[in-house]
Amino acid sequence: MSKKLSVTICTGTLCYVMGGAELQVLEEYLSPEIVDQIEISGSPCLDCCNQDGAGKAPFVKIGDKIISEASISKVVDAIKEELNVE
Amino acid sequence: MAVNNAVLMRRDLLTRLSTLFYSGELELKVDRIPLDLRPKGVETSRCCVYKDRAMLRYKVMALLGFNIRDEIDELTPLSDYVKIAKERTELSKEPLTVVDDVCSACVKVNYVVTNMCKGCMARPCMSSCNKNAIYFEKGQAHIDSDKCVNCGLCQKNCPYHAIIYIPVPCEEACPVSAISKREDGTEVIDYDKCIYCGRCIVSCPFGAVMEKSHIMDVFNAFGSDKKVIAMVAPAIGGQFKAPLGHILGAIKSLGFDDVIEVAKGADLTTENEAKEFIHKMEEGQQFMTTSCCPSYTAAVGKHLPNLVPFVSDTLTPMQYTAQIAREQYPNDILVFVGPCLAKRHETFCDENADLMLSFEEIGSMFVAKGINVGTSEAMELDTAIDSTSRGYPVSSGVMAAVNAKIAGRVEVNPLVINGLDKAKLKELKSFPKGCSANMVEVMACEGGCVNGCNVIANPRVASRQVGEIVKNG
Ligand code: FES
Repeated sequence: MSKKLSVTICTGTLCYVMGGAELQVLEEYLSPEIVDQIEISGSPCLDCCNQDGAGKAPFVKIGDKIISEASISKVVDAIKEELNVE
Repeated sequence: MAVNNAVLMRRDLLTRLSTLFYSGELELKVDRIPLDLRPKGVETSRCCVYKDRAMLRYKVMALLGFNIRDEIDELTPLSDYVKIAKERTELSKEPLTVVDDVCSACVKVNYVVTNMCKGCMARPCMSSCNKNAIYFEKGQAHIDSDKCVNCGLCQKNCPYHAIIYIPVPCEEACPVSAISKREDGTEVIDYDKCIYCGRCIVSCPFGAVMEKSHIMDVFNAFGSDKKVIAMVAPAIGGQFKAPLGHILGAIKSLGFDDVIEVAKGADLTTENEAKEFIHKMEEGQQFMTTSCCPSYTAAVGKHLPNLVPFVSDTLTPMQYTAQIAREQYPNDILVFVGPCLAKRHETFCDENADLMLSFEEIGSMFVAKGINVGTSEAMELDTAIDSTSRGYPVSSGVMAAVNAKIAGRVEVNPLVINGLDKAKLKELKSFPKGCSANMVEVMACEGGCVNGCNVIANPRVASRQVGEIVKNG
């Protein structure tokens, strides 16, 4: 099978406080088939919080794409889009 | 607590206030906060940018520790409130304030006839209404809000389901009916009934019920020549993605001179509650309940008088910790760091503790100061603390600790009340007439303190993390 899609959730304090803490339960919102195709990990800071123009926290990186103001539904949609599944 | 935009806005405001404090520009720039958040041309959440700014201004006022209804002059700038807050030495007794301009959005009458009404011939809505509140206009039913008493009979009787129920979220969430409407439709809290559970804060979709923050008073303490000591509730262990030592170290770096775990006080609660339980069982008492959730003890005091003799007399972990800290720091300032409104009120009533910061406030201060908890310098943990004491904040954690201490000296039949609502209060009321258990743990929040009204982490994730700390302790 091809390489798994990486999903990196920022667990830095800024992201965590600004709603990112909720993303820790992301996996519960994904089907087993999708979970199989991705690799979820945490990052102590994706280095987006200190960059102008990166958008607002919380941040999640899916493949090479940065999602700002990430919510569970936003991340789920982005993962599906990357994987090309419904 | 689920994260939503009202919660995030509060955290944003707290962060902005803290940022201005740390840069020394609070008085100078505080009045800009509502404008910065709602500049011209952005999408607004209410009718217009001016209303939004007014709402934000009032929210800032609450975060500065003021009662919104005490406002005398609408033109008083926020900087004036900062000045007053800098001088004050007393906290306000009532921990909540309702932001009127944000509230009053909810209906007075809970029932509305939709245009699905067919204006039928039978008109059972009309005949079932004892108050004569239904009238017909242009072939459709309407409810006269002056007559309606919200009994719901019209809704039950409409064959087309054309009448809907619209809740008032705070009133519905309150387990003791302590919040209700005034004449003008805005909500008011009855402190003779309030048990400080914080449900109204969490449930209001507009974030109109707010805690009067002590954040200004903590800033004042930092600026004084006294030492400032943080006493941190064990629920903190689940709030950030970092080991406990790092979290405590990060709190210290906010400007505290010392950080004490409240789990240290929990050691004493466990020990004394176990002793008390054995003693009471030997005396033939029917059952005993825990006493560490101040929302539960407030509920007993205000609504369940028949339960008073059954509540443990043992102090809470916070109260014991404050005693220990006071002995060590007789003239300094003790700040409790905790998960909820009930604990804020407990801090206010305690003779040793001075101020309270919620987890959310601590988190916002981290953000303002650019502290990343995971990479902060760790503090050495107090190894004398029993690991079960760090498990208090998760439902059945207190029971586990006390039970382990009793160690079979008397038989324990445990019962855990995990979260208080109207039904649970009723159930508790019946206990003196017969209770299957002899030891009852009660937590007002479902899941325990990790689900307090101002936590940051998802309660399930936090419970898991706290569980790990207990296991590895
Ligand atoms: S804390 Fe999330 S990007 Fe820095």
